[in-house]
Amino acid sequence: MRGGTELGRVRGLGSAKAGAHHWLTHRITAASNLFLMLWFVIAIARLPAYDYATVRPWLASAWVAVPMILLIVSVFWHFRLGLQVVIEDYVHAETRVALMFLLNFFVVATSAIAIFSILKVAFTAAAGVPA
Amino acid sequence: MTVSILHRVTGSGMATVGTLLLVWWLAAIAGGPQSYAVFHMVFAEFGKGVLGYIFGVGLTLSFFQHMASGIRHFILDTGAGYELNSAKRAAMATFIFSVLATIAFWAFLLGAK
Repeated sequence: MRGGTELGRVRGLGSAKAGAHHWLTHRITAASNLFLMLWFVIAIARLPAYDYATVRPWLASAWVAVPMILLIVSVFWHFRLGLQVVIEDYVHAETRVALMFLLNFFVVATSAIAIFSILKVAFTAAAGVPA
Repeated sequence: MTVSILHRVTGSGMATVGTLLLVWWLAAIAGGPQSYAVFHMVFAEFGKGVLGYIFGVGLTLSFFQHMASGIRHFILDTGAGYELNSAKRAAMATFIFSVLATIAFWAFLLGAK
């Protein structure tokens, strides 16, 4: 690639055509997070206790398991976009690429574990499995 | 300026620490009584639950601050609120809200149990 300043190298190439989608998705998930997280915080505060006997049947209920899965998708998608902005603003060159890989692996792995856990609790509840 | 940086700090903190704790909690519930006992020991029993209070207060304060400054961002996105005085007042309001909401959350949580 020819030299010059960073601005000079990209001038005239146009946008990457993905910025607006990133920006909009960040706002849409922010709005859904607002409702889902307020539900979550209030639901947590209203739990009578935080022992296994209380928490497991609570999570197994469809009225909790479904919003929890929605929360995982919305919140994790939102922080995936937010951390990308932070990485792009403060980290450069190869380190940025490595951190973006790490971020993608992190968000996919954690959301898979979270959703699997919720589904496992929800699907084994009715069968009376004493897991 | 401070609110904008705090928005990133609280967001990044919840995205990393908060995510790991939430996923640990969900996996511990799915793992059964023994695995939940480990989580419960670390955050509710060890040192009378000192880690639970540190992470709990930190995450709730981060959440309410991030929520308040996020709503402020929504308003700024419309092009409103950039005048120096109203911008300062809205920034102060996010701090006041997050502290009061955190106090209210913990007062309710500890008072109800």
